Amino acid sequence: MAATTMAKAINAGLRKALENDPKVLLMGEDIGKLGGVFRVTDGLQKDFGEDRVIDSPLAESGIVGTAVGLAMRGFRPVVEIQFDGFVFPAFDQIVTQVAKHNARSAGRTPMPITIRIPYGGGIGAVEHHSESPEAYFAHTAGLRVISPSNPVDAFVMVQQAIACPDPVIFFEPKRRYWDKADVDESIDIASAPSPFRARVVRPGSSITVACYGPMVRTVLEAATAAAADGTDIEVIDLRTISPLDVETVAASVRRTGRLVVVHEAPVFLGLGAELAARITEQCFYSLEAPVIRVGGYHTPYPPSRLEEDYLPDLDRVLDGVDRALAF
Amino acid sequence: MTADGGPELVQLLTPEGERVHHPEYDVDLTDEQLRGLYRDLVLVRRVDSEATALQRQGELGLWAQCIGQEAAQVGSGRALLPGDFAFPTYREHGVAWARGVQPLQLLGLFRGVTNGGWDPHEHNMALYTIVIGDQTLHAVGYAMGMQRDGSSDATICYFGDGATSQGDVNEAFVFSAVYNAPVVFFCQNNQWAISEPLERQTRIPLYRRADGFGFPGVRVDGNDVLAVLAVTSAALQAAREGQGPTLIEAFTYRMGAHTTSDDPTRYRVSADLEAWKLKDPIERLRVYLARNGWADHDYFEAVDAEAEAMAVHLREGCRSMPNPEKTSMFDHVYAAPHPLVDAERAEFAAYHASFAGGEH
Repeated sequence: MAATTMAKAINAGLRKALENDPKVLLMGEDIGKLGGVFRVTDGLQKDFGEDRVIDSPLAESGIVGTAVGLAMRGFRPVVEIQFDGFVFPAFDQIVTQVAKHNARSAGRTPMPITIRIPYGGGIGAVEHHSESPEAYFAHTAGLRVISPSNPVDAFVMVQQAIACPDPVIFFEPKRRYWDKADVDESIDIASAPSPFRARVVRPGSSITVACYGPMVRTVLEAATAAAADGTDIEVIDLRTISPLDVETVAASVRRTGRLVVVHEAPVFLGLGAELAARITEQCFYSLEAPVIRVGGYHTPYPPSRLEEDYLPDLDRVLDGVDRALAF
Repeated sequence: MTADGGPELVQLLTPEGERVHHPEYDVDLTDEQLRGLYRDLVLVRRVDSEATALQRQGELGLWAQCIGQEAAQVGSGRALLPGDFAFPTYREHGVAWARGVQPLQLLGLFRGVTNGGWDPHEHNMALYTIVIGDQTLHAVGYAMGMQRDGSSDATICYFGDGATSQGDVNEAFVFSAVYNAPVVFFCQNNQWAISEPLERQTRIPLYRRADGFGFPGVRVDGNDVLAVLAVTSAALQAAREGQGPTLIEAFTYRMGAHTTSDDPTRYRVSADLEAWKLKDPIERLRVYLARNGWADHDYFEAVDAEAEAMAVHLREGCRSMPNPEKTSMFDHVYAAPHPLVDAERAEFAAYHASFAGGEH
């Protein structure tokens, strides 16, 4: 087992899905010969042909809208939106069609579509290339929204997303594309943990920190730093945003009494707000402190020279932990 | 842009019921088939007028009338083969009729008891799509699927003159062109997008838009069921033979309001309506049939009687259409179980069970 980057792990997962199901199609901009701007689809068109790995015209709504028709015809389209900030031309198709077809048709035209979106900041990019728009999608019934934090999860979860009968927005933390881990490609996705459950990635007793995608590594590093000061942080990788695995978080908070939620997305009306409300409802008598949220600000994503100050980093995570522990 | 469609208009039956010939397009129908088209047109108009009445009586929340556009819809709908797949807007009652959707099934959406109403796979017709233009991309995607299946079927998608301004429609044109997808774009130019005249959407005739995308465009008399049938059949055949998409502009007129919530007297003059009444799609076919002795008074009476009986059936069926079960809103939100939906369904049920008598 060789150490594999997340980008290559997703590539391997896509390859498996293409091998295992002839109805799986990939579609997106530059995903063919180029292999995608992040090389996630590298080599797939060469091996599976232009009819299954389809370079699309440069039109996001067109990509998702045609995927709807392909899904109605019995295909399982996996579409790539090149960057987070470019998904909005497709927002109408995703919200009014992809999300609602199954309900509208009483289950007759399900939408087994996977929409892959590289998201998040930290790569010094220009405007519209660093955003975290997951809350928009999680707010819409009919969509599932998940995000892996590491190569192993990325390999398994992308296949699980494709196998899912519902539409899945698959947010790929682009700054973690080059993180490496040993990936066992013989993992059977059916027996692997559900992609719609959270995971405790570091047990701890002092406080719970819930995060997902790119922030998991940051929070784990913060936990290591805090441990030196005697604070034992339990880190939960949420993995799924819709459905949200409140149960796993609640079980942790009942033990620790404190919760910090960390995400790159703006705090206001973000996932942290939902989690804070639900944990307050479910764990009111266990809480020693209000739920603290650490995330982006209510500003446009700033020019990249300022992004280090916008994104939660180790220090801001620890500041959030300190604020929760101060109660 | 000329009000009569101009010299490029493909026509096989004049408003006066004269059969004329066109160098490119023709149909060869038996008198029985012609009578069948006449019956289709009359019954579809009766469905439309009954549904409009049901809205006025409070039985429907809304109705989008298709009066005036019956020939465009029936002619194109009857050009389809069983394996073809139609993608409608919310006004294609004549297409639904041709695809075998029961008229009563059309009412559910407008009565508010469902957001759908039929099984798309049973009729090879998608559900009504309310967001303007979205379905054109679905039709292209479905056609791309047909290509990959090695099928010789085609899709047809319907949209209006207003929709041609939408990005999705233009993206559908691009995708279909570059992939050579077997799709027919059927634009019913009924001259009005609610209150906005065609001039607010375009400065060239709509069928000419196809030139810029690299596929053929044709303008057909949308009130001439024979010409529509001929032009649509040819476009479908071209799609089947691997020649890719065609844009058909069916030049017609929205005789009614946009919907029952609209008031066209605020934005258009009655003289236009009177002029278009003279081009009525049903009357010209009736004259043609009668003049050639293919249908007599008794036949027309029988079709009218059938229409009345169907209206009674529709009325009764609509009034007795039950409200959906309250918890049904939680059904089919997802294809696989979703814990939040399950929890909210249980909370909802518990809330309603908490009232005396069990039901709130």
